[in-house]
Amino acid sequence: MSAFAKLRRGLVERRISGTLILGLSILLLIVLISIIGPLFVDAHNATVGAVTPRRPPSAQYYLGTDSQGRDMLTLLIYGTPNTLKMGLIAGFIGVGLGLVFGLLAGNFGGIVDAVIRIVADALLTVPAIAILVIIAGNVDRMTTNVMALVVASLSWMFTTRTIRAQVLTIRERSYVEVARVNGEGALEILFREIMPNLLPFIVASFVGTVGSAILAVIGLEALGLGALEETTLGNTIYWSQQSAAVLRGYWWWWGPPIVVIALIFLGLFLTSVGFDRFANPKLSRR
Amino acid sequence: MSRELVSYFAKRFGQLLLIVFIAVSVNFLIPRLLPGDPVQTAIAKLQASGAQQSVDVQAVTNAYRAKYGLDQPMLAQYVNYWRDLFRLDLGVSFANFPETVTTKLLNALPWSLGLLAVATLVAFSVGSILGALLAWPGTGRGIRALVPGLMVLTAVPFYLLAIILIYLFAVIWKILPPAGGMDTTRIARLDIGTVLDVLRHALLPLLAIILGNVGFWALGMRSQMVSVLGEDYITFAEAKGLSAWRVFFWYGMRNAMLSQVTALALAMGSVLSGAVLVEVIFNYPGLGSLLYVAIRGQDYFVIQGVVLMLIVALAGLLFIVDLIYPLLDPRIRR
Repeated sequence: MSAFAKLRRGLVERRISGTLILGLSILLLIVLISIIGPLFVDAHNATVGAVTPRRPPSAQYYLGTDSQGRDMLTLLIYGTPNTLKMGLIAGFIGVGLGLVFGLLAGNFGGIVDAVIRIVADALLTVPAIAILVIIAGNVDRMTTNVMALVVASLSWMFTTRTIRAQVLTIRERSYVEVARVNGEGALEILFREIMPNLLPFIVASFVGTVGSAILAVIGLEALGLGALEETTLGNTIYWSQQSAAVLRGYWWWWGPPIVVIALIFLGLFLTSVGFDRFANPKLSRR
Repeated sequence: MSRELVSYFAKRFGQLLLIVFIAVSVNFLIPRLLPGDPVQTAIAKLQASGAQQSVDVQAVTNAYRAKYGLDQPMLAQYVNYWRDLFRLDLGVSFANFPETVTTKLLNALPWSLGLLAVATLVAFSVGSILGALLAWPGTGRGIRALVPGLMVLTAVPFYLLAIILIYLFAVIWKILPPAGGMDTTRIARLDIGTVLDVLRHALLPLLAIILGNVGFWALGMRSQMVSVLGEDYITFAEAKGLSAWRVFFWYGMRNAMLSQVTALALAMGSVLSGAVLVEVIFNYPGLGSLLYVAIRGQDYFVIQGVVLMLIVALAGLLFIVDLIYPLLDPRIRR
């Protein structure tokens, strides 16, 4: 079946909901702007003192300038991909670790399972920002890549829980039983019978993990623990807070980054809600 | 108390101890795992930040050396660390030398606790009732129209919501104060003026946390309520001729609340993380602002103290939620 026919069938059976399409389109739009955007703006305008400071939006500066003399539109276009990059790196590492721990716990049980489960549960209930502050505060030179690693260190627990729970139920299904009777080895069962059924949960966990990683990154940046030499959305908000931009009425300084951040989260949220329906056809009948 | 209940409480208490143990160990290990002499690094950072010219470097160095005891073996350091904790000795603040970290924490704690407790209670109850109504077939269109709005509020981090609220209420309309816990000129006394002033300052931070969370609880409750309303006992209750009101609250909401309370335990961590940032944005005199000022001034013991306090406070809150749970779910009580 061609991809187009699949899409059409999905739409007819109402598995692909408007929510999923809307969510993915928002994300796609943001990614497109991050890729094409730099072709239209001059990177130099994102450096301190490049343009007249404190200008409201005008024909010359579409989104105004901040009080350090940086063009807001240029800052946004160069900051968005950096923020997305941190979320994606942390998401990949977090889901990867979560998958490994979840498979280990679900597949082998016993003491391995107990240790992984207890540590994951304990870390899930701890306010992430508290531990991240300690780690980030001790890093010598912060960069966006290091930031992604710091956040990734606390991004694996949710995936671990989901994968572990799924492995436990899938293991008891009859087709796994059949495979076992047919003489498939433990690894073969894991990769050929169990893994393909985990795919929807891995994708769902990835969307959620990227979202919470970006949330944590922006939170750390708002506290001034970010990679302050680099341009990111969170740093832009940090600098606007430092200059009391809210009280001085420079709405164009903090407004646009908030809108972009809100759009990223909205896109991720709608995608995850829509994907639930896609992966779980039972839900779409409601 | 039955044996199941005792073992339930014992398990929960074990988890509380485990969280505290992990938190303390992380606090202890991370500065020591990183390369270099932590004392020298801390002093260098303190000087580089240039914020505290008045700090007596010698006194600070001595305090660090005494606190860390780096010439001793690792295990002895660890034991010392725990001993100091039990004496509530968390070190001294460098920015306000020689004020102790414990004093600073105790000054900030009531502000944070009040803010978080009120905001969470309001958001949780309003959100749960709203979510249950959204799943109820007899609910009007007016309430259903709220769903997209709730989704947006859930998606947006609520400390960003706080910035927008300050701009609207304090800058454009000028009806509420933009920052602080009370007027800087006021001397805190237990009179009606002080109370009103504190409430007036707390209103915007509260609103930010409540708006940011109410959607999460409403959407969670809605999906729970939808599955509860499909159960046979609901049909049976309706067939018995019970009033809609009774079916809604005692048969529907009561059962759907169980998973809401479980979700409360899991969500408290992220609510607390967000509340810390809301405090920073409002310059509210709680733990969040204390943390922020300490980070800016490289006031290391204060940072550690706040982090420990946050984790322990949260673990305590979770334990309280766990204690309430058997009241809601009689199956555990038996």
